[in-house]
Amino acid sequence: MIRTTLGVCAAALVLAACGRSDPNLNETGARPDLPDVRETLIPPMRVTGPTGWGDQVPTVPAGFTVTAMATDLQIPRQILVLPNGDILIAEGRGGNAPPLRPKDIIAGPIKKKGNTQVESGDRLTLLRDADNDGRAEVRTVFADNLDAPYGLAFVDGYIYVANQDALVRIPWTPGQTRATAAPEEVTKLPSRINHHWTKSLTVSADGQTLYVGIGSNSNVGERGMAVEEERAVVWAIDRATGARRTMATGIRNPTALAIEPTTGAVWAVVNERDELGPQLVPDYLTSVREGAFYGWPYSYWGQNIDPRVRPQKPELVATAIAPDYALGAHVAALGLSFATQGGFGGAFTEGAFVGEHGSWNRQDPSGYKVAWVPFSAGRPSGPPVDFATGFLAEDGARGRPVGVTFDPTRRILLVADDLSNTIWRIAPARTTP
Amino acid sequence: MRTTTLGARQSLRGLYGLILGFPAALFTIGVLTDIAYLKTAEIQWTNFSQWLITGALVFGGIAAAWSLVAIVLSLRTSIRLWRVVEFGALALMFVLGLINAFKHSQDGWSSVGAFGLTLSILCSLLALTAGFIAISGASDEEIAR
Repeated sequence: MIRTTLGVCAAALVLAACGRSDPNLNETGARPDLPDVRETLIPPMRVTGPTGWGDQVPTVPAGFTVTAMATDLQIPRQILVLPNGDILIAEGRGGNAPPLRPKDIIAGPIKKKGNTQVESGDRLTLLRDADNDGRAEVRTVFADNLDAPYGLAFVDGYIYVANQDALVRIPWTPGQTRATAAPEEVTKLPSRINHHWTKSLTVSADGQTLYVGIGSNSNVGERGMAVEEERAVVWAIDRATGARRTMATGIRNPTALAIEPTTGAVWAVVNERDELGPQLVPDYLTSVREGAFYGWPYSYWGQNIDPRVRPQKPELVATAIAPDYALGAHVAALGLSFATQGGFGGAFTEGAFVGEHGSWNRQDPSGYKVAWVPFSAGRPSGPPVDFATGFLAEDGARGRPVGVTFDPTRRILLVADDLSNTIWRIAPARTTP
Repeated sequence: MRTTTLGARQSLRGLYGLILGFPAALFTIGVLTDIAYLKTAEIQWTNFSQWLITGALVFGGIAAAWSLVAIVLSLRTSIRLWRVVEFGALALMFVLGLINAFKHSQDGWSSVGAFGLTLSILCSLLALTAGFIAISGASDEEIAR
């Protein structure tokens, strides 16, 4: 209903350049087209208000069914499937960046119109669907009073939770529906300001190393670089000792991490900077290379200089590497899960599911879907394919995908929708015997 | 005998002068903070500029509206050229200031740049011009003696 189209193209401003994208540009893949920087006096803002799903559900490929596995959550973000099949959902909203500029006071409330109004859950909800019929027969609050939990991982009897300020762990035994011990702190995480507050998490295939993605404290350094210490980085934390090292830098907002199953490499989806035009800069999917610098804030997609950042650092930019695979500008990728153990088969055997929350910084919305990126031999091997769509309606947004989790045991994909506060379950349609 | 109480007209004139002082001062300091940012690339200077411009626009907008109302009210009696010049300066200052506020809302270096500094200087000159005309009394209907 509410379609807040703030295509504020005052006549005096660059009319032709008002935030619409050029359909002839290739926005995805290993070598996306990068148009010239197009800054406008007023950034194109198009925020789609929530409409709810009504009796609609997301659109999935032929041969799949989709059902709402849980509703009325409190901002579901990321999902973890435990060894016994129980499903954990991290719920909440973080960030405590104070308004610093007149712009923060004006733009903040506008962007909020595109988000859910419910209160932050700050908890983990547990769902149990033992008979795999798509209906959870048990739903409990597994743990609460957490501080904006986001990234989740399970290793060796512990559920690891990346809160917005610390990595904590909670002991777990199969069958448990409620945590019996208080969360124990593994290590503190950078949390000052928390402009990008989501702390993503995954664990190495051998279970020894935890990887935490820590987003930048600004769009492009406009809060000063002093607050960017250990931001826009991926940390590798030794599980046994808690010691950490910074594995990659200049990686603006790594919102989801996952292990590629054939190579064991760490991959991330990363949200890139805004206000350089509707088709800059592509959000990306990349393997996180040890010691790599991905450019932020000084350059984007390798060594393309961002004119807004001063002082410039040419020596550092000279070391910047381009990411592996563009997902499209402003799609806001927030979820990443690899198909494992043969995935769904067919076209969805080897590859990654990517949850795209959807854009605000362009007139023609991008994202608002779950995309599939086919892989071959551990590398992306073709253009992305829509897997779940229908999140965007004519009159607003029905939902916005965040975390995606493929469960190889039950062959289902779970999608967290933080606008309608739903967990969607996508499964191959059953042929009744 | 000369009266010692302030008349309504004088009070309004004083209030208008006070309001007009804000854009003159804030835009002018904004030029200095813009220059400081361009010299040092220290982000706090552009934050200062942004608030200074915002404050200047709020009071400058009131002053421009006031000036327009004053012209309209005096249309029946006389039109004073300086009063129109004063309003023109304020109106142009407000329009350029608004563009400048959007320019300054961009991130990092783009928040100022050559264009932002130019706008800041123009706004300051216009605000100082309007203030000078008003305080000199050139635009008053009658100069109190």
